[in-house]
Amino acid sequence: MKACVIVFPASNCDRDMQVALERSISKPVDMVWHRESDLTGYDLVVVPGGFSYGDYLRCGAMAARSPIMAAIKKHADRGGLLLGVCNGFQVLTEAEILPGVLMRNANLKFICKDVELTVERNDTAFTSGYATGQKITTPVADHDGNYFTDDETLKRIEGNGQVAFRYAENPNGSINSIAGVYNERGNVLGLMPHPERLVDSELGGTDGTPMFDALLNYSGKVGA
Amino acid sequence: MSETPNKITAEIVAEHGLSEEEYQLVLEIMGREPNITELGIFSVMWSEHCSYKSSKKWLKTLPTEAPWVICGPGENAGIIDIGDGQAAIFKMESHNHPSYIEPYQGAATGVGGIMRDVFTMGARPIANLNALRFGRPDHPKTRHLVHGVVEGIGGYGNCMGVPTVGGECEFDKSYDGNILVNAMTVGLASTDKIFYSAAAGIGYPVVYVGSKTGRDGIHGATMASTEFTEATEDKRPTVQVGDPFTEKLLLEACLELMATDAIVAIQDMGAAGLTSSSFEMASNGGVGIDMNLDAVPQREENMTAYEMMLSESQERMLMVLHPGKEDMAREIFEKWELDFAIIGKLTEPDESGTGHMVLFHKGEKIADLPIDPLAAASPEYDRPWVPTPARETLKPSEVKAPDNLMAALKTMLGGANGSSRRWIWEQYDHMVMADTVQRPGGDAAVVRVHGTKKALAMSSDVTPRYVFADPVMGGRQAVAESWRNLTATGARPLAITDNMNFGNPQRPEIMGQFVGACEGIADACIALDFPVVSGNVSLYNETNGTGILPTPTIGGVGLLDDVSKTVGVGFGGEGQAIVIIGETAGHLGQSQYLMEIIGRDGLSADDGAPPNVDLALERKNGDFVRAEIISGAASACHDISSGGLLVALAEMAMASNMGATIEDLSGASTPIHAWAFGEDQARYIVTTSDPEEMLERAEKSGVYATLAGTVEGQELTIGTAHSISVAELKDVHENWMPDFMSHPEAH
Repeated sequence: MKACVIVFPASNCDRDMQVALERSISKPVDMVWHRESDLTGYDLVVVPGGFSYGDYLRCGAMAARSPIMAAIKKHADRGGLLLGVCNGFQVLTEAEILPGVLMRNANLKFICKDVELTVERNDTAFTSGYATGQKITTPVADHDGNYFTDDETLKRIEGNGQVAFRYAENPNGSINSIAGVYNERGNVLGLMPHPERLVDSELGGTDGTPMFDALLNYSGKVGA
Repeated sequence: MSETPNKITAEIVAEHGLSEEEYQLVLEIMGREPNITELGIFSVMWSEHCSYKSSKKWLKTLPTEAPWVICGPGENAGIIDIGDGQAAIFKMESHNHPSYIEPYQGAATGVGGIMRDVFTMGARPIANLNALRFGRPDHPKTRHLVHGVVEGIGGYGNCMGVPTVGGECEFDKSYDGNILVNAMTVGLASTDKIFYSAAAGIGYPVVYVGSKTGRDGIHGATMASTEFTEATEDKRPTVQVGDPFTEKLLLEACLELMATDAIVAIQDMGAAGLTSSSFEMASNGGVGIDMNLDAVPQREENMTAYEMMLSESQERMLMVLHPGKEDMAREIFEKWELDFAIIGKLTEPDESGTGHMVLFHKGEKIADLPIDPLAAASPEYDRPWVPTPARETLKPSEVKAPDNLMAALKTMLGGANGSSRRWIWEQYDHMVMADTVQRPGGDAAVVRVHGTKKALAMSSDVTPRYVFADPVMGGRQAVAESWRNLTATGARPLAITDNMNFGNPQRPEIMGQFVGACEGIADACIALDFPVVSGNVSLYNETNGTGILPTPTIGGVGLLDDVSKTVGVGFGGEGQAIVIIGETAGHLGQSQYLMEIIGRDGLSADDGAPPNVDLALERKNGDFVRAEIISGAASACHDISSGGLLVALAEMAMASNMGATIEDLSGASTPIHAWAFGEDQARYIVTTSDPEEMLERAEKSGVYATLAGTVEGQELTIGTAHSISVAELKDVHENWMPDFMSHPEAH
């Protein structure tokens, strides 16, 4: 398993993600600057949380048009594993790699707290370490985590089993309490909560660990 | 001030906040009449904010040394050694006046400024804290200010990716027209990679990096040095606008450059911008600077020299580089899409030994100022002061008992000052960087030193009503409480930063508060080996002649050698014993009980003296508690402060969702309300599974310890007559602030 973390100018969860991945993989994880254009050779690419370009326009809107995005799309198209967390999820929706959009939280505030998620299915590369229906604790830390799609898309992603995680208690107004979604093929996951923040009992929990263990041990074919 | 007057009139001098005597001194130093740019420079350099002219005499009395202090006050921030070649760099600074005028931007740029102070020295910021004080909750502006300040702090810190892990927030009518926003940053550096501001190397390039210079914030330092009046609203344009994205780029670019050997000296452009940064670097290095203002990156057209020198545009730095390193440095800043401009060079001092600041604009020499006389001759005042009259100690019997003890507890926990601050800290990313071991809401935050077993504990503390009643005792108490809060996590307290917020120093009673607080802080720092390594003074916190409560905020930092030993405030487990360390005499003078339940305001002498702080006792009890935590004997710990024993017990219960049965230990001299709510100092509550051994050790150490009860059930019960469910307490405790802020006035 060869993994890398994309670094935009104001990514700020890049190191946290690297630490979490390296904990599971036990070998170095590369940091790739957003001006690079080649991701050949990586099995897993992660777009981390942060504020990419300051998020002064829409969150992730500028990052979705940065040089690295063509390579990220290519990686996803050839079936490589792609994970977007928080701002990374926003970037992947802005780039239309994942369906839907992330709007302002319903209370119009930044929300940082532990939330409970339900694992919707465990037959993907990302969730094989969990049980279907399992409740896991993961922190959210965002201002724009309110997931939304039009009715048609919602019907489609629900029907396809593309919903990855749901909030047990909806913190931000997300439609159908959706916290994370897959692409149709199942090799791309985006989610607002931060699994990389709970991989260490000293920090309050380890419910994020099974995701990274599963990803890094994954050797099968992707596809939902 | 885009037009340049030719003649300096008395009116212009007054507009610049300089007194007649000060202007005479300007004439003496210059040997001629200054032009407007030069006058502007004098005015900001000699403003209270930059010169500390009223406070210097007393700040010098504070203890600043210990074997672990690498750098005390005077630089951008203080530095302490935390072992293994690592240093913690930290400081607290106020942004009070701008935050009142424009709460979002004022608070945001306060956070940005203090982070810059820390990373200028080579540290990566690892935690932010904020001490906030607002006016009374029903003041028409309070909600709006809370809303803006909290959003501004979050907006800046969250984007920077630095966790905001702690702080405090209080409401009092003395802050109605003058809120306090004190921001603290703690950073981490290698001891062999620390950067200072002293320029050196004649002919070396002076480099400007970061954002472009605009017209924002001109005269901010002068604004921060006068009282507020109704007319202050007009000063809105002097509040700077923050851009956390640019600051994040600046942080990463600076740290990348700092990893090389290119930098001789570096200074951030904070208050008084280009003026104070260039003067400080030159003055600390004993050199001069020739500066070409045409090379300064500018955001607006036709800026005058005066505007460029006085602008407080954010996210800018000034550096002196080793010759030959310019291209490499430029490449780094261009990678991060930031401006990089060589705007000058260092010059030799003149025959008299002082360097000169020589400014060129549009090909002309437009200012020539001798640096040393300007810096050294900055006024220092011995302002007249009167001591605060001593108050009598209030006896418990003089304070009315509540009708119902638990109802009183509920009122205190569900009131403006006793309720949970979750509404605030859930708007701050307090977990980013993935090292936050103890999150907000406890005695002190605990943040791991990345990649090690070590952790830093940090806290901000002061009880302004104590300082008002007795500045010396209040100053001591603020330091002692900081020390206690760090101790309660198991950390060894190492040093403090002080943010002195006071009223108008030209009033002798206010100056007396300042002098008294300094004395108290100094006493406590010496007794607890807890020196001051950095700080900031904010005076003139008055509106239309009414001063704030004296508020010397203390930011403390401590070290845990092994983070796995730390304990939190939540009870350690069902069935464990609850032990109270320290003696409870029931001191109710200036207590939270007196304010919230009896309804006094703490301003009159018959509200009593604040609790006595016995520093030797603090040390003895604290050292004992810390040892119990580190040995693993104590499973939880909470210091007893505002609200006393019962409030502390309730906080432990709420944090763990566990109840407790407590013995009623009140007596004839300490009636139950004094026992429950008295604010005697040097006390802690701990839980343990082996109380007998702990009590034995306490006795051997001469520490007063009492077995008070057991963790059990879902109720908090005192004796046989008083009981309340933890859920009921939690409900009022958690709901006050969200309810308060859901009012439409908040927006």
